[in-house]
Amino acid sequence: MKTKKKCVAMLLAGGQGSRLYALTKKVAKPAIPYGGKNRFIDFPLSNCINSGIDTVGVLTQYQPLVLNDYIGNGQPWDLDKMNGGVHVLPPYQTSAGASWYEGTANAIYQNMAFIERYDPEYVIVLGGDHVYKMDYSKMIEFHIANNADSTIAVIDVPRSEASRFGIMICDDENRVTDFKEKPKEPVSTLASMGIYVFTWEKLKKYLIENENANTDSKDFGKDIIPAMLANGERLFAYEFQGYWRDVGTLDSLWEANMDLLSPSVPLDLYDTKWKIYSRHENMPPQYIGPNAHVENSMITEGSIVDGAVDFSVISAGVTIEEGAVVKYSIIMPGTVIKSGAVVEYAIIGEDSIVESGAKIGMSPECAENRDDWGIAVVGHNITVSGMAKVLPKEIISENI
Amino acid sequence: MGINNNVLGLIFASVNDSAVIDLTKQRTMGSIPFGGRYRLIDFPLSNMVNSGIQEVGVITKSNYGSLMDHLGSGREWDLARKKGGLHLLPPFSHVGGGVYQGRLEALNNVWSFIDYTKSEYVIMSNCDFIANVDFSAALAAHKESGADITMIYAKGFYNANKNINTNILSINDDNVVTEILVHPDMLGECNICLDMFVMRTDFLKKIVREAASKNQCSLIRHVLQGRKDEFVFKAYEHKGVYFKIDSLEAYYKASLQLQNASVREGLFSTENPIYTKTGDNAPVKYGLETVVKNSTIADGCIIDGTVENCVLFRGVKIGKGSVVKNCVLMQGTVVGENCCLDSIVADKDVEISDDRVLTGSEEYPLYLGKKAKI
Repeated sequence: MKTKKKCVAMLLAGGQGSRLYALTKKVAKPAIPYGGKNRFIDFPLSNCINSGIDTVGVLTQYQPLVLNDYIGNGQPWDLDKMNGGVHVLPPYQTSAGASWYEGTANAIYQNMAFIERYDPEYVIVLGGDHVYKMDYSKMIEFHIANNADSTIAVIDVPRSEASRFGIMICDDENRVTDFKEKPKEPVSTLASMGIYVFTWEKLKKYLIENENANTDSKDFGKDIIPAMLANGERLFAYEFQGYWRDVGTLDSLWEANMDLLSPSVPLDLYDTKWKIYSRHENMPPQYIGPNAHVENSMITEGSIVDGAVDFSVISAGVTIEEGAVVKYSIIMPGTVIKSGAVVEYAIIGEDSIVESGAKIGMSPECAENRDDWGIAVVGHNITVSGMAKVLPKEIISENI
Repeated sequence: MGINNNVLGLIFASVNDSAVIDLTKQRTMGSIPFGGRYRLIDFPLSNMVNSGIQEVGVITKSNYGSLMDHLGSGREWDLARKKGGLHLLPPFSHVGGGVYQGRLEALNNVWSFIDYTKSEYVIMSNCDFIANVDFSAALAAHKESGADITMIYAKGFYNANKNINTNILSINDDNVVTEILVHPDMLGECNICLDMFVMRTDFLKKIVREAASKNQCSLIRHVLQGRKDEFVFKAYEHKGVYFKIDSLEAYYKASLQLQNASVREGLFSTENPIYTKTGDNAPVKYGLETVVKNSTIADGCIIDGTVENCVLFRGVKIGKGSVVKNCVLMQGTVVGENCCLDSIVADKDVEISDDRVLTGSEEYPLYLGKKAKI
């Protein structure tokens, strides 16, 4: 069978997501549930298959058990292919010794043999923790049309937020002239989305050089892109129009979910032309009971709701008993909210139990001091007893 | 789950199609949508898989496009196998012959498939009974009793005026079936045959061959009734919930029974799930000022109105200000704004424009055909 591929995707899914602690204690960030039915990794995987890229290497390192299970043979994304498909690539041992992935560039370097197997012209490097729908094939066309060595996807961000990102400075023809990682005084508002298309021969050269230079970071943003710029390679910025959200913090995770409930946010998960696929259990449809009050929310199959749900995202197999109240919250799969419990402005992890009478989170209007207010978080597999009160900003990672 | 890897499952997807002529106009009994995201064949097929059966033949008659589309390679039931797996058996008739009339004839038509199997036992089922049946236990009972055929039945209410195509069993204290009656003129509690049978493959081959030689086609008339003194037929009771789909009214009532917790738990246990083709739909989205009560709703729906006591299939849209009560709306039904619907069964992709008022009744739900525009 013909093995050659035009483009191979490399998906960096090894990050710990330490700022999402409690949710990422035992689960890699790309495997965190999002939007009721998905996990973050569904977005790049679905974008790949919808863009016609059917060969994806997923680089894992941190707590890969749930993620590996989730990806499996790649079938839910149509990535179970005879030639190509999805391959999980953990760090491995060689005759020269074993090493962890030391940085994003090093992770790809260690898997050059995987890429070479498909003899691709282009490699697209993706992250596993962003919410967006993007046609990568258009970006690759842009890359080809510009005869580029590397193309970096960018999005226009508000100037006030620009210092959080890697910022690209471009000329009139979108050619990147300079790149600044988290600049204090940004001169441009084009932020890197962490999505790179490389001409493979070029990338290979820079990966080997970077490895030989033995820098501390071995990172795309810190090493590869600056080195290519310094050598005058053709780098272009591809401006993405549409919804894109980085979910690095608990607040942004909550906001990204709430975005789905807003009619003004252009992320349409109901569009059948660009589906975001997921692996999910076979569950019966949701049942909304006679005492339920459901508004402004998303609720997923297998759930049984007989309480009040408002401005919330409810994942699969969740039970919300009669008399329970869930507002402005995210409830992850398999969790039970018992009668009389109140959950507001909170994230509750998978398979947890919130007993009757427990009170989690608080609305910002009720907080005495606005600075003390924030999202309350309960991790996975946790029981919150009936007497417990979880304050705003509090993060619960053990039974209380 | 028992290790029943020496059992062949046989499903008749088209038997009794004519009972629900509205719903089977463009499909088989087995591909009638049910319960928000399922098709009727999902129940016997999942029951077989949950009992450890790894080889299933699906016998069809006509209009089986939707069935083939639904089943595909059988992957969702874990039946996309090298060894065994799912086999679709469309009608095959010898030169000059027509499409089969009864189950024995149908089996004779797929003789090479039955002759080829190495499975020692056969379990067969139609698609017009909805139940979560433990075939493992029925098979164990069959092996222990030494019967020629074990019939699965349930105790239930029978009304000759309403329940067509129903077979009633008389059973003695030793669980021996002494008589099987086809649609008798009776009313009351009966032993209702679920038309699920367990037997040895050799026995099946024997009765199929013998029937073919005598130009007989009906399993019930020519074997279960005609040869009852010759063979031993035993009964196995299914104690859980079941529904028989023998009219549009029965379909409608069974659908609305899903709001009942005991029915839901009886049909969809977590230990023995019902598998189906996945649609990769997003969760249900509830808009501002929605009122939703006592309803079963599949993923992909967008609801902006009032929904009470309904079953909504995948991707149904209910517009603002609309009030939908006691309805079964199949996949892709779109209800506009300020509509008022009561006791409707809408087939797939029906469009109801703004301000419409449509009402059926509990006994005679109003049926709207596939892709109707109102």
